Amino acid sequence: MTEMNEEKAIQSQTEVLEKPESQVKEMWEALLENKAAVVGLVIIAFLVLVAIFGPLMMPYDPNASNMGQSFQWPSAEHLFGTDQLGRDIFSRIIAGARISLSVGLAAVLISLTIGVVLGSIAGYKGGWADTVIMRIMDMMLAIPSILLAIAFMAALGKGIDKAVIAIGLVSIPEYARIVRGCILSVKENDYVQAARVIGNRSGRIIFRHILPNVLSSIVVRATLGISTAVLDTAALGFLGLGVQPPQAEWGDMLGRARGFIFTAPYTLIFPGIAITITVLAFNLLGDGLRDALDPKSRKK
Amino acid sequence: MSEALVEVKNLKKHFTLEHDFFGRPTTVLKAVDGVSFQIKKGEAFGLVGESGCGKTTIGKMLVNLYTPTDGQIVFEGTDLTKLSPAKRREFCKDIQLIFQDPYASLNPRMTIGDIIAEPIKINNLLPKDQIEKRVTYLLNCVGLANHQRNRYPHEFSGGQRQRVGIARALAVQPKLIVCDEPVSALDVSIQAQVLNLLDELKEEFGLTYLFIAHGLNVVKHISDRVGVMYLGNLVEIAPKQELYENPLHPYTQALLSAIPSVDPTKRKQRIILSGDVPSPINPPDGCRFCSRCFKKFDGCESENPVLREVSPGHFVACRLWQEK
Repeated sequence: MTEMNEEKAIQSQTEVLEKPESQVKEMWEALLENKAAVVGLVIIAFLVLVAIFGPLMMPYDPNASNMGQSFQWPSAEHLFGTDQLGRDIFSRIIAGARISLSVGLAAVLISLTIGVVLGSIAGYKGGWADTVIMRIMDMMLAIPSILLAIAFMAALGKGIDKAVIAIGLVSIPEYARIVRGCILSVKENDYVQAARVIGNRSGRIIFRHILPNVLSSIVVRATLGISTAVLDTAALGFLGLGVQPPQAEWGDMLGRARGFIFTAPYTLIFPGIAITITVLAFNLLGDGLRDALDPKSRKK
Repeated sequence: MSEALVEVKNLKKHFTLEHDFFGRPTTVLKAVDGVSFQIKKGEAFGLVGESGCGKTTIGKMLVNLYTPTDGQIVFEGTDLTKLSPAKRREFCKDIQLIFQDPYASLNPRMTIGDIIAEPIKINNLLPKDQIEKRVTYLLNCVGLANHQRNRYPHEFSGGQRQRVGIARALAVQPKLIVCDEPVSALDVSIQAQVLNLLDELKEEFGLTYLFIAHGLNVVKHISDRVGVMYLGNLVEIAPKQELYENPLHPYTQALLSAIPSVDPTKRKQRIILSGDVPSPINPPDGCRFCSRCFKKFDGCESENPVLREVSPGHFVACRLWQEK
């Protein structure tokens, strides 16, 4: 009899159980409250659309040269003007969006995966594993990243896919260091010790108790890392190491147009603006994410 | 209350602070230096001492957060220090820890329901469909409402968080719970609530406590027997009543005299110890307490006294009582 009552009591309690709020949904709502992040998000969404549906929006073939039309100032015919080979800059910028975004994402994915794994091992295990991993990272950091990327490119060969790998490898140390630092600061927390007391294994402690608590810094760094990767791609392109002509890439466009900065400034301005806007959008989103991912700042 | 649940024999924990070129330790911090005691089943053993005396280190060795440098921890006849890491982990569910700081001991990214359910899941104690019910039961045990289970730790007060920590410790149905100053981070009004809760749970689940605190007044409430620590050594062990009425070690006497009295007519003489605690890096030879002892006499500086039973159940490590 009493047992049944208890059962009922538990049931009635379950009914008033607060609806479990999805963490993702909560985070999303917090992100939407941040105006700067929304601006970043809108720009990124726009860029993604351009990257996907670009070919439909291009008024001209971005790679077709037309010497008779070279160095046209922006007009209704050529919105952003034409370059030294008479190619429509507007079309080329649209074509470049796809390359910049995919290179940014792919490079970050490479460095993030390797960096998180290396950083976790170094931070959690400590000892000689930490020493070996972090000294190698220090060696990589000692060389300027673009120089190192060029060295990788020299070893791997030309091409945009090689550029992705080079940029990805070059930024591994940054992620490894951030992850290691975060893990070191979180590792000594009582709740990580508590996780050990109840019998967790190391792997589970890292993935379930430590990484979720350092996720915000990693996600923020990764978002900002996309903008760095976009910039690095542009730099490699500027140096002529990224895409192969005639393919359109913003940095490559800048590099080839730098001789005409006074006679035809529009050939530089528009690719420059495209790079700036993309980098800015990812930075805004990264900052917004940092706030949204912290449950403490989320609920006042 | 007969056989020992856990027996600690000559337990030592030394932390190496500096190595020389060949990796040999040059500076060693002796946090715990040869401590022996036993805790009987169903008992609450209080461990007191000032900050840095090694009491928390003992607790952490019991729950496998630290590996002892030397000595034995015999739990129900098994020496835990001799086990492989995997085997040692199996004993996690028998010995649990309640942390000092309820603000740091709960994962901020997990709901309290998940926090309490995790130990059950990891140790495969219950089939999946029964975990929910068990968590509800545990929440009720520690005085929290079931509808709060999907909230995050930062939404709770310190006392409530400590209750979550207690529920997590209870989840695996441990035999021994190490309470590491569980109330020292809480308001005085909440302290009493949590202490009473711990007392009730002890009766209800037949638990055994190692209760660590830095003041004798908190320990008085909950313990059956009390051990007093000073600089990595146990200086006195006695049943609670005996220790409070008849403290033998000068350090215990000084500690007891420091408890504020609520009754102004009963104000007693306070013993003020001079000097600071010596560093555990280079502890004095001889008696650890001799540099501050007000009853020091010839020979205290060279000979470190061992624990000795002076009356039934009352052990003291002091040369004043060594001859008798």
